Amino acid sequence: MLHVKNLTAAIGDKQILKGLDLDVGDGEVHAIMGPNGSGKSTFAHALAGRDGYEIAGEATLDGADLLDMEPEERAAAGVFMGFQYPVEIPGVNNMYFLRTALNSVRKARGETEVGARNFLQIAHEAMELVDMNEDFLNRAVNAGFSGGEKKRNEILQMAVMQPRLAILDETDSGLDIDALRVIAGGVNALRGPDRSMIVITHYQRLLDYIKPDFVHVLVGGRIVESGDYTLALHLEDHGYADFVNTDLNDAPERPLTGAPS
Amino acid sequence: MSETMREIEELTDAAYEFGFSTDLDTDVAPPGLDEDIVRLISAKKDEPEWLLDWRLQAFAAWKTMDEPDWAKLDIAPIDYEAISYWAAPKKKPVLESMDEVDPEIREMFDKLGIPLHEQKMLSNVAVDAIVDSVSVTTTFKETLAEAGVIFCSFSEAVQDHPDLVREHLGSVVPVRDNFFAALNSAVFSDGSFCYIPKGVRCPMELSTYFRINSQNTGQFERTLIVAEDDSHVSYLEGCTAPQRDENQLHAAVVELVAKDRAEIKYSTVQNWYPGDENGLGGIYNFVTKRGRAHTDAKISWTQVETGSAITWKYPSVILQGDRSVGEFYSVALSSKRQQADTGTKMIHIGADTTSSIISKGISAGHGQNTYRGLVKVMRSADNARNYTQCDSLLLGKDCGAHTVPYIEVKNPGAQIEHEASTSTVGEDQLYYCRQRGMTEEDAMSMIVNGFCREVFNELPMEFAVEAQRLLSVSLEGSVG
Repeated sequence: MLHVKNLTAAIGDKQILKGLDLDVGDGEVHAIMGPNGSGKSTFAHALAGRDGYEIAGEATLDGADLLDMEPEERAAAGVFMGFQYPVEIPGVNNMYFLRTALNSVRKARGETEVGARNFLQIAHEAMELVDMNEDFLNRAVNAGFSGGEKKRNEILQMAVMQPRLAILDETDSGLDIDALRVIAGGVNALRGPDRSMIVITHYQRLLDYIKPDFVHVLVGGRIVESGDYTLALHLEDHGYADFVNTDLNDAPERPLTGAPS
Repeated sequence: MSETMREIEELTDAAYEFGFSTDLDTDVAPPGLDEDIVRLISAKKDEPEWLLDWRLQAFAAWKTMDEPDWAKLDIAPIDYEAISYWAAPKKKPVLESMDEVDPEIREMFDKLGIPLHEQKMLSNVAVDAIVDSVSVTTTFKETLAEAGVIFCSFSEAVQDHPDLVREHLGSVVPVRDNFFAALNSAVFSDGSFCYIPKGVRCPMELSTYFRINSQNTGQFERTLIVAEDDSHVSYLEGCTAPQRDENQLHAAVVELVAKDRAEIKYSTVQNWYPGDENGLGGIYNFVTKRGRAHTDAKISWTQVETGSAITWKYPSVILQGDRSVGEFYSVALSSKRQQADTGTKMIHIGADTTSSIISKGISAGHGQNTYRGLVKVMRSADNARNYTQCDSLLLGKDCGAHTVPYIEVKNPGAQIEHEASTSTVGEDQLYYCRQRGMTEEDAMSMIVNGFCREVFNELPMEFAVEAQRLLSVSLEGSVG
């Protein structure tokens, strides 16, 4: 469904992504791991359409050219991004925000908008997934939320939006182990044959709960290694040292299991 | 220019929706102001001697006064001799029912979306509609009369309830209060009068719609609301004007009297024509609004100001009685070349008096928005408390936001808090909303409405919806 080829991204003179290739099939969950500054978040924003980058290369979703679309058009095409730092919008009711978001993409797709009563049902089902109570809907979007609440709110939004492709940018950062479990539970419940996910993380820990089909190592703006879940375990033991400032051919021996995508 | 900046400019560049003018046959006095005009106005309205004397007194005072120049407003000189001080639709309406209202006026009000017709009865709004200077019709008079509430045009009140008018007129805003109040007192043409008897809770929202229609006329209305002991009333005024290239003067006075334990809630949605993006045309809005709160009384001002080229307006509360409460909630939007200098005055006289001020200023385009507020605690006001919050939102780089709080405290037991913030709509907020599928325009409108939430929450439900819509329209580019 997602096809990325030779994707580059720069801010001014600074080249961040240097030719990234990735293919994600229907229903697959891909983990992208890498050290700080390797370009993980930039990759996520490049797919979601944030302003300020010079982008080149290819990125298509179900054959449609993402790079040619505005962020809201990408959302309508089915791209959802779970933000590392969810943004606060004071005074805007969370429920109103969610419903406006859902109806915006439905409208863009030529579908009928969801009325207040039906929406409430959708919201309640989504809230159960991430263990949230009613008053959560009546607070302003992320305003005064704890770190864990903000991340849960992202997954709640994902559950409401039912995206084709979910990109979760460091959804595990700043979470204690209980919150991590809740969020991973929500994400797992949303896995399905028509939905693919890209899970970006520093740590293997999250992947204990969200088992990826594939793991990729992003270093210096390129994917330098791909494998299955065991690659994450290897990184946990050895860190990224093997891949940083090292020619891949010189990398130490390690058991190669599972096929790269 | 970044994309967002460009978007903001487009958004704030919306055309004025109510810019039509209606072809009414109008009775207009020649331009200029002297004692004869004051006498003419009084005679046209068949006023008693005392009221003419009061007007002449005000006129004499006005002649000795100068326009205030302390506000942060850049105003082209106003030629008071070029203005006509009396304009009335010629068919002087003496109306028994809605069906008798001039169809052209009704059509105009329909365009404005004003609830004059029968079906709007469900919305439970009583309306006094004022075109140019004359009150055209007042709806729901009977329902109100059953409750003992008097709600009529100012002219009718002068004829039917002269004692009430005489007792309270000028009791809160005296004729020499300021230049514009003096002018209004001399030449006011009509307005609304409202009287809530002892212990009565007004059964419906009362509402006045003001409309300036004629060219080269000033509009000078006078509103007087008297709430007797233990009574309660909620009042809304809305304003629009046609689109014209020359500036039009609007100088109104509103006086509120809340007797012991009474409560008056006064809400304004002001959408006078703001002028075009080059600053051509638009209403000059100089308004004096003040209430006097007696013991345990409460006066609450809520205003949403999106119109006028110039806004000079400081709805105030004199907290005279012990434990009286004053509130001011304001959203003021200045875009295009609009200038607003607005705020409030809270004068604490009684003991244990409380006031709160929530001001939200939005500046866009080349708009200039100034909050100017006075919190004054007199020696007698033991344990007075004030909380003030002034938030400014800047959209774009050519606009300005200014905050000028004055705090005068003569009683050491007072507690005064002042908070202020200035922010802008963040690129990250817009991006976040757009990633969730909203267009940039919808996102902007949502974020700005969120900024105003605390004030909108104070408006009666149907007017909160209208205010939100108005704000969105004022910020919208696609319409224009």
